[in-house]
Amino acid sequence: MTSLNVLVAVCLSYVVLLFGVAFAADRLASAGRSTWLRSPLVYTLSLSIYCTAWTFYGAVGYAARSGLEFVTIYLGPTLVMIGWWWGLRKLVRVGRSQRVTSIADLISSRYGKSNTLAVCVTILAVIGVTPYIALQLQSITLSFSIFAEADPAGSHVEGSSAFWVAAGLAVFAILFGTRNLDANERHHGVVTAVAIEAVVKLIALLAVGVFVVWGIAGGVVDTLQRIDASEIGVWQVDHGRWATITFLAAAAFVCLPRMFQVMVVENDDERHLRTAAWAFPLYLMLMSLFVVPIAVVGLEILPEGSNPDLFVLTVPLAQGQEMLAMLSFLGGFSSATSMVIVAAMALSTMVSNHIVMPIWLNAKGGGASVSGDVRSVVLYARRVSIAAVLALGYFYYRLSGGGAALASIGLIAFAGIAQILPALVGGLFWRGATRTGALVGLTVGFVLWLFTLLLPGMGAGVLAPSVIEQGLWGLSWLRPQALFGIEGLDPMVHSVMWSLSLNSAAFCIASLLSFPSPLERLQGAQFVNVFDHSAGPRGWSGSVAQSEDLMIMSQRIMGAREAQEFFQAEAKAQGSRAYFPEPTPAFLERLERELSGSVGAATAHAMIGQIVGGSSVSVEDLLAVADESAQLLEYSSRLEAKSAELSRTAHKLRDANEKLTQISLQKDAFLSQISHELRTPMTSIRAFSEILRDTDGLEVAEKTRYAAIIHDEAMRLTRLLNDLLDLSVLENGQVSLNVTEGMLVDVIDRAISTALTGSANPLKLRRNRAAERISIRTDLDRLTQVFINLIANAQKYCESHEPTLTISVHDVGGRVVVDLVDNGSGIPPHSQKMVFEKFARVSAEKAGGAGLGLAICREIMQRLGGNVIYLPGQEGGAFRVSLPLGLEIAAQ
Amino acid sequence: MGRRVLLIEDEPNIAEAIRFLLTRDGWHVETHADGADAVEKIAGASADLIILDVMLPGKSGMDILRELRDRDDTRDLPVLMLTARGQSRDRDMAEKAGVSRFMTKPFSNAEVLTAVRDLHAQASQT
Repeated sequence: MTSLNVLVAVCLSYVVLLFGVAFAADRLASAGRSTWLRSPLVYTLSLSIYCTAWTFYGAVGYAARSGLEFVTIYLGPTLVMIGWWWGLRKLVRVGRSQRVTSIADLISSRYGKSNTLAVCVTILAVIGVTPYIALQLQSITLSFSIFAEADPAGSHVEGSSAFWVAAGLAVFAILFGTRNLDANERHHGVVTAVAIEAVVKLIALLAVGVFVVWGIAGGVVDTLQRIDASEIGVWQVDHGRWATITFLAAAAFVCLPRMFQVMVVENDDERHLRTAAWAFPLYLMLMSLFVVPIAVVGLEILPEGSNPDLFVLTVPLAQGQEMLAMLSFLGGFSSATSMVIVAAMALSTMVSNHIVMPIWLNAKGGGASVSGDVRSVVLYARRVSIAAVLALGYFYYRLSGGGAALASIGLIAFAGIAQILPALVGGLFWRGATRTGALVGLTVGFVLWLFTLLLPGMGAGVLAPSVIEQGLWGLSWLRPQALFGIEGLDPMVHSVMWSLSLNSAAFCIASLLSFPSPLERLQGAQFVNVFDHSAGPRGWSGSVAQSEDLMIMSQRIMGAREAQEFFQAEAKAQGSRAYFPEPTPAFLERLERELSGSVGAATAHAMIGQIVGGSSVSVEDLLAVADESAQLLEYSSRLEAKSAELSRTAHKLRDANEKLTQISLQKDAFLSQISHELRTPMTSIRAFSEILRDTDGLEVAEKTRYAAIIHDEAMRLTRLLNDLLDLSVLENGQVSLNVTEGMLVDVIDRAISTALTGSANPLKLRRNRAAERISIRTDLDRLTQVFINLIANAQKYCESHEPTLTISVHDVGGRVVVDLVDNGSGIPPHSQKMVFEKFARVSAEKAGGAGLGLAICREIMQRLGGNVIYLPGQEGGAFRVSLPLGLEIAAQ
Repeated sequence: MGRRVLLIEDEPNIAEAIRFLLTRDGWHVETHADGADAVEKIAGASADLIILDVMLPGKSGMDILRELRDRDDTRDLPVLMLTARGQSRDRDMAEKAGVSRFMTKPFSNAEVLTAVRDLHAQASQT
């Protein structure tokens, strides 16, 4: 007989081996050389934690007691894997793209990150999973006891073995489940160890099966005959139970926290699901292949009353196959430990993330100052949670006494966990599902499950027999196993039917009646349309797709052309010939800066973070937000434009009004000036003509003189009227120019003779006639008029003893410049600006003209494509006339 | 001879016409063509009557009138104002400034003589 010490030694060596494997796998993973760790095979094997000790040992017992019903436990997951792989793919995609850490996190995340929901799911999971952990501890203890019975020295070990196993598993889970706080929550070490254990348990069960079929029975045909002869062959399976339990197993396969952990959280590549879709059902098939033969043979060869749950161990032992028994023990041990470790990890994540951390953050005061120590707190909370979960399982095991009640708890736990299903599936496929709906559905389902299945199943001590007999508060329709008067159903079928159907109904109705928050709506879209948004199965860094998304978003914010230009420039800068640049950090930073110009820094950061980080908000919804904000921006910019336009218009109106006022003032002033200029000579004319008319005895000389004055003033009037008309024509642009070719020198000659003829003290002129021999093409008469005015002004105003006018001519790049500088005192600086204005008169004494001469000069020069300006800083009064050599008159 | 008139007028022909008229009427006529120092000139001239043009170089007739009315020695001096601008606004302004008589150019010689005589008679009575 194998001594207990050998058994313990084997166990310990096995555990050490697992430690080694887990450690090495972790090292490999962190070194980045973990390609084989991420193979579909490891993924498929890790899924086998579905097969716990309950299935390893219990399936045979189940078959021995209930015939083929045990197959339902394998059938559910098989149906899910084969028939609902697309649903699983969606679950995995959502889980990865949302960086979900547990099923509680997934539900909470889907329904607007509601922590209430997360807490509900966590509590449900703890209640559902704790008995399960107790079950594993029981199986290990029982298997120990089988060996202990044979070893008198070890009989005292039995009681404490559960404790040591629990402690050991806690250490393992803590060591490999909380080594680091990876954002992805992946634990390669644990997964690898679980995969190895999966192989061990499969080999163990197959070995026992082979031994039973070919070692004890006489081969396949003999085995089949034995089965036909046994009771198992004739037991009829209840249809309702069959369907219900198959469904429950399927639901549990999806909803169990540990399954979620290995299937979604630990998933490296969703393509692995494709392999697992056929490989895992194959694994389950192999696991179930020899269950019935072992059960039948066990029932035959073992004494009456042997525990069929332990046939896998006791059959080889009874045949003296100790090595096989040892292998079988290791298989059961593997089943139990892998389940406990992963379940403890999954539960601890939920407990620490959704219960411990919120409480701790609240206690820290709002959690606003989340700093570096959070990491250590999270790890610590996780470790404590693992220990607490295992302690809970251990105490449950101790309290329940390890009796038969425990064996039936597996299905009951399944039914509890299955209550998550409506919220989960609804959340994945129905955008209208709301937080309220999920909460109400979960609560209804949980309460019904508690009332109709868990409490009645826990024995008379928990629920009074009167309640079960007569219903709650004596209301017959509230009987736990005959709810609403429906009797005669199997308690399991009854409970699952009521709890899940009412759960689903409550979920749907409450969802329809409640209104989702914006975050829920966003998350709902992200979950339901996950395949529309996230990258394909190539992995999670679909860079070009991200660039496309960024492009689409940027177009809506920056405008199509600007965005395209920016992206092209960036792609070129990256040296890529592709249309889209790689989303490198540098590019993203520049894009963010670019966008923040339009939508603000925070929004730009969030938007890019959402697309690149792939978290929480879907691209579609982001685009909606972008659209909205673009509309808002456009609206506000339109408003701004409108208001700018209005203020421009107001400004223009003000300007126009000012101009009108000024024009009116100018008109007044002009009229006033005209009036003055006309009345002044008329005054003289009238006065002297009256004198001539009324005065007797005037001398001839006086008469002549007065008549001359009258004549002069009449001439002055005439000149004034001519000037006025001339100026009016020039100003209105009605003048028609008579452009001819001529020499500048002739023009100046003519001007001089006209201006100075009849002058008593004519100006001396200094000219360089040679320089003036420039051929010009312009209106020569008009130009002459300008020079006449300027020369006459010099003659009139130059107060020098020997008034001299210097005329110099330059040819400056196709233009003629004529400077006329006299040797008088010039025009004082404050008057220089106004000399070209109408009626401007610098000095009073020498008024002879109407003050329109320079104004006319200016107008003429403008028409001739040139100008006339006063030249300050010369020795006397100085004017510069410049004009083009040849006047192009397009208008003519 | 007591009757003295000071004529502030920058237009030489008009000054000559008025001088001719008033001299023949027995006035002693002094002329001045600049507005800038007109107030000092008036104050120092001890004239019985001032004929003042509005548009003067240096200082406008309006300003000169206001200054005269501010001075004690010229406050009551009769001032006949002549303007070629002839807008009613100028007349209002002049009357506000305390002008004795306001006439628009071109005037008739008879009007000027009558105005000068009237103003002198009023001034003599008071």
